[in-house]
Amino acid sequence: MTVTHSPAGSTRRRPRGVSRQSRAGAAFVAAYVVLLIAFGVVPTAYAVWFAFTDAQGAFTGLGNFVTTAQDFRFVPALGHVALYLLLWLVSLVVLVVGLALLLHRMASQGASKTLRFLFYIPGALAGAASVLVWLFMLDPTVSPVSSLLGVLGYGTFGEVIAPANLPVLFTGIAFWTGAGGWIVVIYGALNNIPSDVMEAARIDGAGPWQTAWRVQIPMLRKWIVYMVILAFAGGAQLFVEPQLLSLASVGVAGRDYSLNQLSYDFAFQMNNINGAAAISVELLVISLSAAALFVTRSGFFDAD
Amino acid sequence: MATRKPFTDRGKLFPRRRSALLAACVATGILTAVSACGGSGTATTTKDGFAQAPQKDGAFTVWVDSTRLAAAKLYQKQHPDVEMKIVTYDGNANGSNYLQTKVQLFNRTGKGWPDVVFSSQNNEATWAVDADFVAPLNKGLVPESTLSGFAKGANDVCTVDGTLYCLRNDLSQAVLWYNAPLMKKWGYKLPTTWEEYQKLGEKVAARHPGYLVGDAGDSYTPEVYLWASKCGANDITGPKSVSVNTTSANCTRMAELMDVLIKKKSMSISGVFSTDFGKNKADKVLMMPGPAWYGGALFKGTFKTPAKQIAAAPMPQWSGETSPSTGNVGGGTWLLSKHSEHLKAATDFLTWVTTDSAYQGDMSPGFPAYAPAAETWLRQQNASGYYAGDISVLKDASTQVWPQWGSGQFSQEAIWAATVKPGMTQGKTIVSLLPAWQDSIVKYAKSNGYKVSQ
Repeated sequence: MTVTHSPAGSTRRRPRGVSRQSRAGAAFVAAYVVLLIAFGVVPTAYAVWFAFTDAQGAFTGLGNFVTTAQDFRFVPALGHVALYLLLWLVSLVVLVVGLALLLHRMASQGASKTLRFLFYIPGALAGAASVLVWLFMLDPTVSPVSSLLGVLGYGTFGEVIAPANLPVLFTGIAFWTGAGGWIVVIYGALNNIPSDVMEAARIDGAGPWQTAWRVQIPMLRKWIVYMVILAFAGGAQLFVEPQLLSLASVGVAGRDYSLNQLSYDFAFQMNNINGAAAISVELLVISLSAAALFVTRSGFFDAD
Repeated sequence: MATRKPFTDRGKLFPRRRSALLAACVATGILTAVSACGGSGTATTTKDGFAQAPQKDGAFTVWVDSTRLAAAKLYQKQHPDVEMKIVTYDGNANGSNYLQTKVQLFNRTGKGWPDVVFSSQNNEATWAVDADFVAPLNKGLVPESTLSGFAKGANDVCTVDGTLYCLRNDLSQAVLWYNAPLMKKWGYKLPTTWEEYQKLGEKVAARHPGYLVGDAGDSYTPEVYLWASKCGANDITGPKSVSVNTTSANCTRMAELMDVLIKKKSMSISGVFSTDFGKNKADKVLMMPGPAWYGGALFKGTFKTPAKQIAAAPMPQWSGETSPSTGNVGGGTWLLSKHSEHLKAATDFLTWVTTDSAYQGDMSPGFPAYAPAAETWLRQQNASGYYAGDISVLKDASTQVWPQWGSGQFSQEAIWAATVKPGMTQGKTIVSLLPAWQDSIVKYAKSNGYKVSQ
C-alpha cells in the first residue's frame, strides 16, 4: 500500500507558534528595513542625484567630480586620509589582536576582566568628547602628561599640533576611542575557538607564540577582516578629530585636512552642495571597493 | 490550438503592474514632498528693495552669542509687549560658520531662518548676499537719518555693490595698549613710530627679559600688524575680485620688525587667548598693539589685569608718515533676514540694538559703531575707573582704519593660521613665509570664485 502525503496538508498542520514567530520576525526585520530605506538608502540616492546635477537640478555628468578634484585642497586631503588610514589600520590590527591575545592568555587571572573593562571605557565616550579629552592631553600647559610632552621637546600646544604630527595624533585619538570595543570583540572571538583545538596544539608542542600565529590568528581571520572593513569605512570619513582640533587651535590644524572636511567646506563655506555630494559619493565608492576587495580576498562569506 | 495566454500568467502580470504603479506613486510622493519643501510657495510683496514674505503676528526670532545675550534681554525688559524668541549660538566665533551652515539648510527646507542675527565675523554679508539670506537695509527699512549716525566707514564691511546688508555692532580699530605704571617706573617713553617701537622692544628684551611689547600668535595677527603697515594682502576691489600682494615693501618692513622682536623674545607667538599665554605671560605685558575690545574683553576679562594699569595710546606710524594707520580686528555685525515674517518688529530691534545708548553706550564691551553711542560709551569707560588714563584715542583711531583691506568671502584668519603660524612655531621668519602666505590667499580666493590680481 502506498501512503500519499499532501504537502498542502503538512503546511496546514504547521504549529501555530512557528507562524506567529515568523510574523514577529518579519515585523522586526520590516521595521529595520523601513529605517534603513528612510535614513540610509534614500539619503544615499539623494546624494548620488546631487553629485550628478547642478544647483538648478540639471544633469552635469562628471562635472562636480572634476570641479572638486581640481580644487587645490583635494589631492593634499586625499594624501592626508590615505596616510592616516595606513597608520590607523596597521596599528589597529597589530595592537588589537596582540592585546586580545594577551588578555586571553590572562583569562584565568582576575586581571583580565578589569583590563577589558578599562579598555572599553574610552569607547563609551562620544566621539567629540574623546577628542576634547585629547585636546587637554595635548596642551602642555594643562596636560597631566606635560612632563612627557616636555621630554619629547614640546612646550606649547602649537608645537604639539604641528602639521607633521597630525597623522600620528589622529591615529592615537582614533585608537584610544575605537580600539577598546574591538579588543572585547576579538577576545570574544578567541573564546569561540574550541578548547580541543587549543589542547591539540599544546599537545603537539606549540608554545604561546606558535599557538597564536598558527592557530588563533588564522581562526580569527574573519573577525579581523570585519574589523578592518568597518575601521576603513570609519577612517576614510575622518572629520571630528581634525575639525575639533582646527577649532581649538583657531585654524592651525587646518579646516580642510580631510576629504570629509573638504566636502563640508564645499557645502557650507562655498555654497556648493553638489560638489560636496560628489566627494561623499567618492568616499562611498572607495569604502565599498575596499570592502569588496577585503571580502573577496579573505573568503569572508565562505561557509566554514 | 488556443494561443490565448493562460489565466495564471495574467494573474502574475497584475501584481507586477500594481507594484510598478505603487513605486511610481511613492516616487511622485517623495518628489512632491521634496519640491514642496523647496519653496515657501506663498505670495510676496516687493517693498524696501526686496520681495518680502507675507507678514504675520507672533514672536520674531533673534540669534545672539553669549555676550550679546544681555542686549536681547535688555530689549525684552524694556519692551515687555514685544513677542521675541531669543536663541543663543556661538556667534560664529573662531570662524565656526554655524550661521552659514544653518542658512544653507534653511534655504533648502524653505523655513527656519532667524529674523535678526548677530555675528562676530565681518565677512558675513559677502556670503549672505550670495545665499539670498539678508535684506537690504538702505532701501527703506532703516531711515537714512539713522544710517548716517554710524562712524565713517563703519558699515563698509556690510556693503556689497553699494547696498547695505548689515549694521556694524562695534568697531575694532587697533590702538597701542600699555601698562602705564610699569612704563613710568622703568622710564620708557611711549613709541610714536614703528622704528621707536622696535627699539623699545629690543631694549625691553635686554633689560627686562620675559616682558612683552606685543603678541604675534593669533590668527588675526595680520590684521593687527600687517594691515597697520598698509600691506596689500587683501584688497577687495569688487564683489568678486581681490588684489593680493604680500611681498611689497609695506609688508616686509613690518614682517622684519616682528621677526626681530620674536627672535629677541619681547614679542610672543603664543596667541593671547592660549592657555600658555594666560598662564605664563598675561602679567608680563608692557605694551600690546591690539583692537579696541582688548581693553574690556582681554585685559579686564581674560587677563584680570587690576584697575589703573592699562591705558591706550595711538598706534605707532612709520617715520615720514603723517598719521597712523590701523587694522580692523573683528567687530560684530547684525543681519536681518529677507525671509522675515515680522519685519517691523525685527527692524525695530535691529535699530535699537545698534544705536540705543541703553545697550551700546552703557553695556557694550566694544567701541560702538554708532557715533552718538560711542560718545556715551567712551564717557562711561573713562568714568569706570578701570583705565589708567583717558582712552579717547580710540575715537581718533576709529577714523584711521586703512581702507584698502576688505572682508572677502574667504577667511584671512584661517589662511594665516594654517599657512604662516605653523611655520612661525617651527622657528621660520615671517619674511620667509610671506610668499607662501600670498600663494595660499590666491588659491583660497580663486577657489571661492574671486578674480585675483597680484
